[in-house]
Amino acid sequence: MSATTLTISGELYETIRRHGERTYPHECCGVLLGRSDDQGNTVESAVEAGNTRTDSAHNRYNIAPQELIRIQRQGRERGLDIVGFYHSHPDHPAQWSKTDFEEAHWIGCSYVITSVEQGTAKVTNSFLLAGTTEEDKRFEDQRVVVGSGVPDAVRC
Amino acid sequence: MKIFIPTPLRAYTGKQDTVEVGGATIHEALGGLTSRYPDLRKHLFTDDGKLRSFVNVYLNDEDIRYLDAKEQTAVSEKDSLSIIPSIAGGC
Ligand SMILES: [Zn+2]
Repeated sequence: MSATTLTISGELYETIRRHGERTYPHECCGVLLGRSDDQGNTVESAVEAGNTRTDSAHNRYNIAPQELIRIQRQGRERGLDIVGFYHSHPDHPAQWSKTDFEEAHWIGCSYVITSVEQGTAKVTNSFLLAGTTEEDKRFEDQRVVVGSGVPDAVRC
Repeated sequence: MKIFIPTPLRAYTGKQDTVEVGGATIHEALGGLTSRYPDLRKHLFTDDGKLRSFVNVYLNDEDIRYLDAKEQTAVSEKDSLSIIPSIAGGC
């Protein structure tokens, strides 16, 4: 099977990268709403979330479940699903870490990581959490297609 | 009551994002859900029947782990349950 794709508009792509620059040297995090099919996930909206890990915000992130529930509800009202999440790696490569993998549970969703070096967003990669269970889950590299489309960034 | 299903678990609910169930308590409502969709069970519960550590269940806006009666909390038709796996990580 060929690699799946994460499709995102140029404006939303920039929005999530700028978010990581703004929170540097802390990690940013957020939720991607959109649609998914066999080819991959298409992002229609990026919703910023607060990082609850104020104890270790430079290398950890966590999104409060209440915030996720609210975002999921907003999505449902607009016919959009949660299709992924994004976070930044301040002064670390845009590759998933052991922690990222262990704490990833949304199978079928895209985990987007942006490296932010000295306050500047560098590489943005997407990883699909593939598999069917906690036991066989794995991250697969996903092609990021930055295209056009109607952008819609929601700020919280 | 309504139970909201997160994207990854809709593979086991016939793609539905919302499932309507009966039951007088959270426990009965979740039981109704997993008896209708048995494949869901192992994604929500450990072998000894405890909610998996990364699976959050909210009764309206409250984490059921912090409710006094936990899963035995009474529910009504107007309540909703949200199943929401955790989102975390680092670098
Ligand atoms: Zn990470």
